[in-house]
Amino acid sequence: MSNWKEENLHDTLKPQLSKETIDGDIATLNLGPTHPATHGIFQNILKVDGEKILSSEQTVGYIHRAFEKLSERRPFNQITPITDRLNYCSSPINNMGWEMTVEKLIGAEIPKRVDYMRVIIMELARIADHLVCNSVIGVDTGALTGFTYVFQEREKIYELYEEVCGARLTTNIGRIGGFERDFSPTFHYKLKNFLKTFPKAFNEFDSLLARNRIFMDRTMKAGPISGARALEYGFVGPNLRAAGIDYDVRAMNPYSSYQDFDFTIPVGVNGDTYDRFMVRQEEIRQSLRIIEQAYKNIPEGSYKADLPEFYLPPKEQVYNNMEALIYHFKIVMGETPIPAGEVYHSVEGGNGELGFYLVSDGGRTPYRLQFRRPCFIYYQAYPEMITGQTISDAVLTLSSMNVIAGELDA
Amino acid sequence: MGKIEDLQTINGEGYQLTRLEKVLGAARANSVWPLPFATSCCGIEYMATMGSNYDMSRFGMERMSFSPRQADLLIVAGTISKKLGPILKQVYEQMAEPKWVLSVGACACSGGIFDTYSVLQGIDRIIPVDVYVPGCPPRPEQIIDGVMRIHELVKNEPLRRRYSSEYKHLLNDLNIETNE
Amino acid sequence: MSDFKLNNETVLERIKTHFGEAILSSETPYDMLTLEVETSKIHNLIKFLKEDEALNISFLTLLGGIHYPENTGKELGVVYHLHSLIHNYRIRLKTFFSIENPEIDSIVDLYIGANWQERETYDFFGIKFKGHPNMTRILNEDDMDYFPMRKEYHLEDATREDKDDRFFGR
Repeated sequence: MSNWKEENLHDTLKPQLSKETIDGDIATLNLGPTHPATHGIFQNILKVDGEKILSSEQTVGYIHRAFEKLSERRPFNQITPITDRLNYCSSPINNMGWEMTVEKLIGAEIPKRVDYMRVIIMELARIADHLVCNSVIGVDTGALTGFTYVFQEREKIYELYEEVCGARLTTNIGRIGGFERDFSPTFHYKLKNFLKTFPKAFNEFDSLLARNRIFMDRTMKAGPISGARALEYGFVGPNLRAAGIDYDVRAMNPYSSYQDFDFTIPVGVNGDTYDRFMVRQEEIRQSLRIIEQAYKNIPEGSYKADLPEFYLPPKEQVYNNMEALIYHFKIVMGETPIPAGEVYHSVEGGNGELGFYLVSDGGRTPYRLQFRRPCFIYYQAYPEMITGQTISDAVLTLSSMNVIAGELDA
Repeated sequence: MGKIEDLQTINGEGYQLTRLEKVLGAARANSVWPLPFATSCCGIEYMATMGSNYDMSRFGMERMSFSPRQADLLIVAGTISKKLGPILKQVYEQMAEPKWVLSVGACACSGGIFDTYSVLQGIDRIIPVDVYVPGCPPRPEQIIDGVMRIHELVKNEPLRRRYSSEYKHLLNDLNIETNE
Repeated sequence: MSDFKLNNETVLERIKTHFGEAILSSETPYDMLTLEVETSKIHNLIKFLKEDEALNISFLTLLGGIHYPENTGKELGVVYHLHSLIHNYRIRLKTFFSIENPEIDSIVDLYIGANWQERETYDFFGIKFKGHPNMTRILNEDDMDYFPMRKEYHLEDATREDKDDRFFGR
């Protein structure tokens, strides 16, 4: 029997916390900014009681790159690389949204073939974005295999982008008025292959997670939000559709000939992580349907609009023709006059309604360009969605909302 | 016994004669544990490098450690803003020696296309960098090239780089404290 | 009133019957009704648009600031884009005020989603929203002492040393 007495112990060996404080204490936990599970740099200071979250406070702005100020300095065709870096998982959609905004401002007529080509590229980008989000939800629950399957498929999509524009991720695809070149024969070959092989690979990924008992138990009831509350916050995109509201810019304000295609808009019930996962899975299937329809019915025609003031003339003419030389010079130096006016145009990005509010004063650069970034607006709801949940559910909720840091901070 | 200048590795039945630095260099280079500090678009290309097409795990690097103490290589991929600078410096200081830094992407190397009021124009303003990988974003092959150059550095580094005067001078310039 | 068709003329008329004196000007660039509204009445107008059974314009799409340094007395402005999901109708509201004391009522009580957008507008332009629960900077560092999106400030920081103005024509 030891005559161990507390007073004989060294200070550091004595119990530091009394039992009362341990049982009743509310701890403050810092989730981020650099954290393996948060995909991007966000900080959430959580007040937790054990594992249950009581409240949280957010800090954003760790990747603020001043896009809006930067675009006031750049001529219109140099802003496309900036829009790439908004939602960089699906950058073609951002590029084309911007090009369509400028085309709306100048009142350009775009040939139908360009519209269909744009739809094919945009839906490929949507597939790529949703694949990343869903596989990352899998990784956060511990299922790493889906991630490796999915990234193999994304490589095929990257190869398709490379055929059109030369880049993999930040594509700067398309031009104001169409595309820089028509789809090459390799593109047709690769796209046909993709349409043949992707459904099988995707079903394999789907079978790993969609009806998996463990995955469903983890993700159901994690981070729910109701439809009405989501509308108050300004939710858009798959997050809103998982909450039950079927708002899709492609259906409501069709652009780029989306009204010609037949697709359904999947809608969830509870607005929890499982619904968001399933909505994105179904959207991938619908995107594949749209690509098949667009590819089968692509009309003959030009791959560019007739806009000599914005679209670079062919090089042979630049060397031989004075007018083409002047246009080339003006476009490259960014001295093309743009009509004054203000326009708001939105496209359905990977995360929802990506809007461009462009105010032009007739100069060579925009007077004011504001991006309506869906991530910035719906990330505000995150504290409400995780209150009362455990920390691991909070991590899952964050990855299922598909918060992309580039779009959040701009 | 003075310092042996150029010693060939001699293998024999049951013994091997080589320099300790070579053995340690080989062991370190083939099991570098990276800390991916991925902030933006370059982070997605880093994830693609880790995928099965460009496989980083053949270099022994698939075990990413997000804890600075257990990491050897700090891979900074993406834009670092001035708000994030102190955090990056803190992560670098928390890493234990020997440590190397790989700066992936134009934004980490020099600010990239974002010469704005909020972006740090290159991480070498706050931490010492070993290898720069340019590109916006760099292709996975380029990132692997950068990693292989890091491996060259790791293999050939003298055991006590941290005590050399140039290194100490560099850390002093950047106001990084060392625990020596 | 489910048979009320929303288009630019009918909506403008309906708004004018309730808020006639607050509407300073109206135009329709690219088919979107754009109204310039008096600053003190904009909160009530947005509330009316949200709660009116016929209009049902109840989704806040975008909220942002704008700076026109030449319009003395009305340099800073806030632009609201609203959307009616039920009737598929969009509208833009603008309001301008002086740079001396830029204050405007916050619409956080109507749309929670305006919270961060108003903080961003404060961060970029210095416009203070009365009634906002947390009027602090959001994207920039807290100790920044100027409002970067205003036209008088450069894109680059004052600490930038390797862009020589002589070569860049400034």
